[in-house]
Amino acid sequence: MQFHKYDVVIIGAGGAGMRAAIEAGQRARTAVLTKLYPTRSHTGAAQGGMCAALANVEEDNWEWHTFDTIKGGDYLVDQDAAEIMAKEAIDAVLDLEKMGLPFNRTPEGKIDQRRFGGHTRNHGEAAVRRACYAADRTGHMILQTLYQNCVKHGIEFFNEFYVLDICLTETEDGPVCTGAVAYELATGEIHVFQAKSVVFATGGFGKVFKTTSNAHTLTGDGMGIVFRKGLPLEDMEFYQFHPTGLAGLGILLTEGARGEGAILRNASGERFMERYAPTIKDLAPRDIVARSMALEVLEGRGAGPNKDYVLLDCTHLGAEVLETKLPDITEFARTYLAVDPVKEPVPVYPTAHYAMGGIPTNVHGEVLRDNDHVVPGLYAAGECACVSVHGANRLGTNSLLDINVFGRRAGIAAAEYANAHEHVELPETPAKAVEEQLALVLSEHGHERVADIRTELQATMDANASVYRTEDTLKQALHDVQALKERYQRITVQDKGKRFNTDLLEAVELGFLLELAEVLVVGALARKESRGGHAREDYPNRDDTNFMRHSMYYKEGEGMAADIRLDYKPVTFTRYQPMERKY
Amino acid sequence: MTATAEVSTGSRGAQPPVPDGAITLTLKVRRFNPEVDDEPRWDSFEIPALPTDRVLNLLHYVKWYLDGTLTFRRSCAHGICGSDAMRINGVNRLACKVLVKDLLAGGGKQTTITIEPIKGLPVHKDLLVDMEPFFEAFRAVKPYLITYGNEPTRERVQSVADRERFDDTTKCILCACCTTSCPVYWTEGSYFGPAAIVNAHRFIFDSRDEGAEERLDILNDIDGVWRCRTTFNCTDACPRGIQVTKAIQEVKRALLFKRV
Repeated sequence: MQFHKYDVVIIGAGGAGMRAAIEAGQRARTAVLTKLYPTRSHTGAAQGGMCAALANVEEDNWEWHTFDTIKGGDYLVDQDAAEIMAKEAIDAVLDLEKMGLPFNRTPEGKIDQRRFGGHTRNHGEAAVRRACYAADRTGHMILQTLYQNCVKHGIEFFNEFYVLDICLTETEDGPVCTGAVAYELATGEIHVFQAKSVVFATGGFGKVFKTTSNAHTLTGDGMGIVFRKGLPLEDMEFYQFHPTGLAGLGILLTEGARGEGAILRNASGERFMERYAPTIKDLAPRDIVARSMALEVLEGRGAGPNKDYVLLDCTHLGAEVLETKLPDITEFARTYLAVDPVKEPVPVYPTAHYAMGGIPTNVHGEVLRDNDHVVPGLYAAGECACVSVHGANRLGTNSLLDINVFGRRAGIAAAEYANAHEHVELPETPAKAVEEQLALVLSEHGHERVADIRTELQATMDANASVYRTEDTLKQALHDVQALKERYQRITVQDKGKRFNTDLLEAVELGFLLELAEVLVVGALARKESRGGHAREDYPNRDDTNFMRHSMYYKEGEGMAADIRLDYKPVTFTRYQPMERKY
Repeated sequence: MTATAEVSTGSRGAQPPVPDGAITLTLKVRRFNPEVDDEPRWDSFEIPALPTDRVLNLLHYVKWYLDGTLTFRRSCAHGICGSDAMRINGVNRLACKVLVKDLLAGGGKQTTITIEPIKGLPVHKDLLVDMEPFFEAFRAVKPYLITYGNEPTRERVQSVADRERFDDTTKCILCACCTTSCPVYWTEGSYFGPAAIVNAHRFIFDSRDEGAEERLDILNDIDGVWRCRTTFNCTDACPRGIQVTKAIQEVKRALLFKRV
């Protein structure tokens, strides 16, 4: 076992982690731990843009952006946080530009802006051009720019260090975060990092689903670690399905395509979004478009031999717009479906994309241990966190915004906390739990194969907890997930070695996926209403009387068989009263 | 060695059902685990595959159902994260961006796909190589915007044409396909390699940047751009379609004529 001592430890090196690192690294001694290499993080797969009311191409202001975010989130958004995000968006974009991000430009040389789903002028009048972008690789450029700036500032990275636990030390005032425990992939060695503050920036858990835009590595590790510590997770039933995944594959095609004018059509060529969202049509928020697509297919108007997808028509945009503003998605369609978007419409269907819920934090990134208290020294930002700025449904581009605004805030807060406090002693034998967990997986105690359990998990989640849900499908999913958790206790791995044991890594990741899938399903069962990304066929309406509140989940007991306790947290309102959500 | 029969029955359990339209392929993989092996070896696996499968799917099939010790990196699985660069049938490619049908096109009779780690970097295990020397070269060219004087309050202005000037080299995902396809890099590990030069180009030709001279000085070094022999392997290897050799030539020209 090796021991390290830092002021700030950041876990995860995607957009939120590196944005935090740039701030923390200039204020305090900082280490960034990632199970990948920083440039492999899934921020790099984001395409369309990052919204900020720069008003570079038409009238806009941050108050409209705030309203759109709250309405887009079906009023489950904490309004104070949304206001902060929309206000700070402007500087967040300008900061990235100053760091070198190559945004596309207007003829005057300013940052260009394009339309995006749910972003409107004057509270819903019409779509507004608010998304700043770099072709259809905005996330790639953000990830590269942040990494470049980490290199510039000499940020210390521990690449391919897989964090498996955090250290909480009990004090008179409750638990305090004092470090993290990591498994070094290259050697199989355990490392204990003592720290004054720890920032989680570990991303989402899209791999609970089969059809997903998420990377293989998005297994909810950070959320899972926090949950196992008895700390709450928030709003996990709200999972976003992005409307335009490549049919059958789930690979993302940006909403920016529709921002540039692409149109969704059913088998007969009808522009069906006109029926569902008469004002902004194809640029309605993602939950609405995804449900509309699913309905078209359910009602027999799907395209293709099995009528199981719809079509994204880009043909009228012309080769030049596709090649210059949407080159990557044009290539994806050509490579993976052998469809040329210049000449023919692209088969698309919703794909599991983004967790609105996660580790509950306040607007400084401090992690909550219950509705009223934070865990001193523990922070979270980005997709793994729930501030909540996305409520029940995130608007397109607001994730790239979230990681920059709240990644920065968490980095500053973590460093300032570290500079104002001494190291607190680590708990006794901080690595014991991790050593036991790994030893158990490596021991011969069963014959269950990781790939089988994962495949069955993803199949039941796709079938039963996807765009539309009912009591029956969710009960089926819960039954399946619990049976899989039981089987998981008898898994075996073939690779018993120390060196780059990715077989072991996948087994550990599966454990997190199973626990998070169960939380998602338990939450979806309890929320007997439809709101944003959570659509219950048996409860088709939003129920503000009973469910205008965040869900909070706590793990009760130890091990995989533990129970989940459900609690609630009020939504913060400032100036917007809930209204019916029409577009 | 044919690993299929011994490994797949036994404790690894049954294999998943073979999809309609699948063909049987032989995946020949270069294996090496310094923990247990003295020498690298070849393992062959018989695998059912669809023409639309990515090579990454085949590697996953082996890892998940035949031999869990097979080790490689991967993440996004659609050619944007740059984790899974490897030599596929002798050419550097991303395993998630090459489809079976593209490898078997032509004669139609060839059903063996050969996979090796990228060359020029030390092998840690199987297809997983040490990326540190690669990233060290990247960091050495000062791959970040360098400016002097006060920052503007708003964004820096940049014309559409000036932005276009370096567009191609902003696409780099640091997968190392180019650098590890370069015969010069194979023999002279101290050469910066194409990827580092591409990333220097991205800033040298950015109208906002004021660090061109520093970077050109670095690349004028004995291990800099002059090592390039314009073999074009790098351009052929780039999964992002970057004109890598052209970018290197543009940096050479900037050095010769002292202007960008």
